[in-house]
Amino acid sequence: MNTKQRIVIIGATSAIAEHCARLWLQKRPTELTLVGRDARRIERVATDLKVRCPQSEIRIVQAEFLDPAAIATITGDIVDSGRIDIVLIAHGSLPEQAACQNDLRSCYDAIEINGVSPVLYAEAFAKKMANNNHGTIALIGSVAGDRGRKSNYVYGAAKGLVARYAEGLQHRFAGTGVKVVLIKPGPTDTPMTAHLKDNGAKLASVEVVAKQIVEGVEAGKPVIYTPAKWQLIMMIIRNLPAFIFNKMDI
Amino acid sequence: MTPIAAWGRLSADPHHVSRLNHPSGVPDLLRHASHSGIAHGMGRSYGDVCLNPEGTLWITTGLDHFIAFDSESGRLVCESGVLLRDIQRMVIPRGWILPVTPGSQLVTVGGAIANDVHGKNHHVVGSFGDHIRRITLVRTDGEIINCGPDEHAEWFAATVGGLGLTGVITQAEIQLHRVVGPWLDTETVPYANLDQFFQLADSSEADWEHTVSWIDCIGGSDGRGLFMRANSADVADRPVNEGRKLTIPFVPPVSLVNRISLRAFNTAYYHFKKWRSGRNITHYEPFFYPLDNLLEWNRMYGPKGFFQYQSVVPRNGGHAAIHAMLKEIARSHDGSFLAVLKTFGNRQPVGMLSFPQPGVTLALDFPNNGIRTHRLLERLDAIVHDAGGRIYPAKDARMPRELFERGYPRLTEFMQYRDPGISSGLSRRLMGY
Repeated sequence: MNTKQRIVIIGATSAIAEHCARLWLQKRPTELTLVGRDARRIERVATDLKVRCPQSEIRIVQAEFLDPAAIATITGDIVDSGRIDIVLIAHGSLPEQAACQNDLRSCYDAIEINGVSPVLYAEAFAKKMANNNHGTIALIGSVAGDRGRKSNYVYGAAKGLVARYAEGLQHRFAGTGVKVVLIKPGPTDTPMTAHLKDNGAKLASVEVVAKQIVEGVEAGKPVIYTPAKWQLIMMIIRNLPAFIFNKMDI
Repeated sequence: MTPIAAWGRLSADPHHVSRLNHPSGVPDLLRHASHSGIAHGMGRSYGDVCLNPEGTLWITTGLDHFIAFDSESGRLVCESGVLLRDIQRMVIPRGWILPVTPGSQLVTVGGAIANDVHGKNHHVVGSFGDHIRRITLVRTDGEIINCGPDEHAEWFAATVGGLGLTGVITQAEIQLHRVVGPWLDTETVPYANLDQFFQLADSSEADWEHTVSWIDCIGGSDGRGLFMRANSADVADRPVNEGRKLTIPFVPPVSLVNRISLRAFNTAYYHFKKWRSGRNITHYEPFFYPLDNLLEWNRMYGPKGFFQYQSVVPRNGGHAAIHAMLKEIARSHDGSFLAVLKTFGNRQPVGMLSFPQPGVTLALDFPNNGIRTHRLLERLDAIVHDAGGRIYPAKDARMPRELFERGYPRLTEFMQYRDPGISSGLSRRLMGY
């Protein structure tokens, strides 16, 4: 009997996801399926993980992120090969707010990749996990989804969509063997936020964020703010009355 | 632009920051760079070797992937932004270890090659470059050069210890050494003066793989200190005590290392360690990397930062030179807490600009007290100069160009291999561009 845990990562070249994978493999040999768009980039991630943990089995799936039919096929194939313990849905991209305001195409793309696509993946896995009554679905949202702000509300809206979706899924699976975890990272030092860093923004280390995610998923927390201070910051931001909030340049 | 400081925190000049996230994208990115740049990993070098004020820093920490590891031969291939810490933690449980490691493991492979770093076992295994089998170097015209001891050996000799100036290192192959486990058989021996230090160093070289000493440079010019030596221990399984990580949370308004604190520090440290001296079994992390668990320790020197001063002088006359330097320091009352004295082995380094040479090396740190500190360092320069020694560029922020040229006779040869699109604070200061 195969006792290795099975983990699936959608958007495996995301820096946060990759660091989670390193931690998971460091803990125990794993059967890992990496799903991503760019075959060469996933290959690089897979090679690295294989060196770090030769006892693990690593499978690569090149995938389409936007087509519902393709998503159904891909998730079907993955699920058919065995019971899944954890699926981490991590893909996304940080759009420029100005581009979203000036060009509806950019706006549409941003909402599709950050909001619609993660939901479709989660929904596809949810169906299979419901049958097994087992598994954890972890979705990477964002603190940006907690309240719309002028500096990135399109991205925030897409992440807010993911948050509301995760909430519903948690309701649906309450009391069952399926767990749903919503992860809300603050601004993290990854290639996605490289331009923020050059503007002097203070970013959290991706290693720290990944560690808190892996621990939170293991504990089955419904919502993980990481670094944890963002829980307090966002509680304040969410509760600021509009007449104050609207004066803030954030 | 972003203000970036090196580890000595002497300045925080504005830089364009560009991250290298994928090795295959590096040639294109360099070819289209609009400013001269320099590769920058963890920024653990002290002075301006890793800086390029007003220019670009190509941040390599995203090139952090392993590529291959053969547990039969101990050959490791990885990208240049991989940390030595991650290598050690991955390979030691599989019976291998990095043959050379500097005093911090929070440095990248690329930085370790570019500064040809050395460790406490230099007398046995040489420096980092001695164990590199292959380097992938990307030039700013997009050319990719693979070099090693037997392949484009001249490029290899220029790039090892080449201060990042020959191109951007994106990948390296390292020959690891066999090891039983993470444990070291260590011994601490107090010494009362320099004569005793040299006796201990010479008598330990044959039987001890690692030797280093801490020297109390304000206890008088006699140079009392603690000699530490170690061999890897044949014990595999012992419980590891996970060291607690502490952080210096903010920059204090004045240096915590000053005339008053130093004497107390050094006296207490000497006597505490003397009392605890003798044989022990020690985990490699606290022995090799004593400061890595004190995060951001460089902040303790206050807002003005600090200078590191590491020189090597030949053994012939070296005793007198070290004695003279300690005397100067004692006279200045400026002293140093992290004073390290070690003998190097008799091997010629791989790189044209590699720092280690046969002799004895003294590393010191001084809080930046402006002109007073500069004057003291100039007096030390004169001693190093007269002894035929040289200064370690990885730690330098101020050595005179003349001393650099005297200390590194292969500089002219090296200059042919420089990449015209690469420049650093140090290269402009010491090489003209």
